Amino acid sequence: MEYSLKGKIIVGGTAKGMILSTTQPINFLSSVDHRTGKITDKNHELCGKFLKDSILIFPYAVGSSVGAYSIFALKSNGASPSGIICTLKTDITTASGCAIANIPLLELCKYQVIPEIENSSEGIIDGVSGYLQIKKV
Amino acid sequence: MDLTREEEDALDGKNGKPISTAYKILLSIGKATNAEKLIPVEWVHLSGVNYNTIGDAGVEFLTKYSEEAEFVVPTTINPMGYDSHKQNNLSSNFQKQQSKIAKAYEKMGSIPSFSCIPYELFQLPKSGHSVSFAESNAAVMANSVFGLRTNKESSLSALASAITGKAPYSDLRMDSTRDPKIRIKIDKELKTELDYGVLGYFSGKSVKESCVSFGPDISNIDMYKTKSLSAALGTSGACGMFSSRDTHDETISFGKEEEKSIIDELNTTDCGDVIALGSPQLGMYELELLSKMIAGKKFSKKCMIFCARSVYEKSCKSGIAKILENAGANIICDACTCLSPLLSREEYDGVITNSVKAAHYLNKSNGVSVCLKDLKSIVMEYAK
Repeated sequence: MEYSLKGKIIVGGTAKGMILSTTQPINFLSSVDHRTGKITDKNHELCGKFLKDSILIFPYAVGSSVGAYSIFALKSNGASPSGIICTLKTDITTASGCAIANIPLLELCKYQVIPEIENSSEGIIDGVSGYLQIKKV
Repeated sequence: MDLTREEEDALDGKNGKPISTAYKILLSIGKATNAEKLIPVEWVHLSGVNYNTIGDAGVEFLTKYSEEAEFVVPTTINPMGYDSHKQNNLSSNFQKQQSKIAKAYEKMGSIPSFSCIPYELFQLPKSGHSVSFAESNAAVMANSVFGLRTNKESSLSALASAITGKAPYSDLRMDSTRDPKIRIKIDKELKTELDYGVLGYFSGKSVKESCVSFGPDISNIDMYKTKSLSAALGTSGACGMFSSRDTHDETISFGKEEEKSIIDELNTTDCGDVIALGSPQLGMYELELLSKMIAGKKFSKKCMIFCARSVYEKSCKSGIAKILENAGANIICDACTCLSPLLSREEYDGVITNSVKAAHYLNKSNGVSVCLKDLKSIVMEYAK
């Protein structure tokens, strides 16, 4: 099965990776190991998963303003997602971190019905036309 | 977002790479917050100063960036990881990298405040004016208490504002967003600064809007409680302002059960081997309050108090510092409890604190257990 979702382009570019999806917000400073990209917060449903090379789909970032540097550090350490999708709103931490780290970032448009996206799917961000393509593997 | 001709040129690199990078950041956050244009800001407060938070990637970025970049508006900066005037056991690498960060900000023209409470230390612009504050407690305080207008900025978005003197006209810089659409109904009695911190942490988790209303009215609470509430609200959520203005939209209850769920998450031990006070850093009001409680007593455990250097100097003159130091407290300047390497897992099993923000980062980042108690209880139990 394959389908596409429309998004607003916040940071352009194309990206491909396995989907890592959550409905819980993320604090990039306190919940992620910046060297490995592992989510370490025991209270988060993605605890133990790795951001590296993924298409991260999450509502928005919370907490520390330093989270923007955390996103940059993840990229510098080769442990960042390939691309990021915000489902509810794009916060300033994620937007500025992705802008500096050159990580494609889309915000999903609200008018479409967004199905539950499974983690075993592959995602492709087209940051030129503003689409997220999802392929079930 | 519409850019003027000059802004387009700056984005294209006509004024050099650092300014172009700054406009690239402003463009991304402008798109994210649906801004139509950029407006001037009169003060910037930066986070991303502690080596423990920004790491080697941050040091490298700032060192390179500062070679050509210069701040064009008054810019204060957050605490770093330690007090460089005091002896410590920190690694030489930490101190070397931390000093590179401080130098990079100094080179760009920052005021060396090393404080997360710029609103208590400086004559900020008047109510109604736009600023750009990273450091979540300072952004919430600026919007909610001082009537300034800032979004909940990130380290990098505020840096971009310091370089350009501009920020997107969006979100909490607009009247419509500052009008709360959601209310937290306080259904239990709140007494201590810790109670207000727990309320803030719950509210940040529960609300996705940028502004939240509290009822009944809490606008007459003291500075300690207000700072505790603001810091916790900024830590757990995306919300950048609270208001006592009533709203007829959605209401969420905060009662005993909600309070318990937050305490259960953050209170991870019943005992600690060190007391840490200050996240946000303590101001004169809190130092005076503590000095009255502790006068003539001695702490039975090691006690660290984090404050701004200018606050410490003032407290030395007034004799308050002497009272606290006689009680055994170690007053640490230019740093804060949050992510300070002075509170590492190698050295401590548990930290006693009244700060919900500190509890979040100690548990999740430093990996140290936390015993949460209000200030009065801490003095009662751990001082004789």
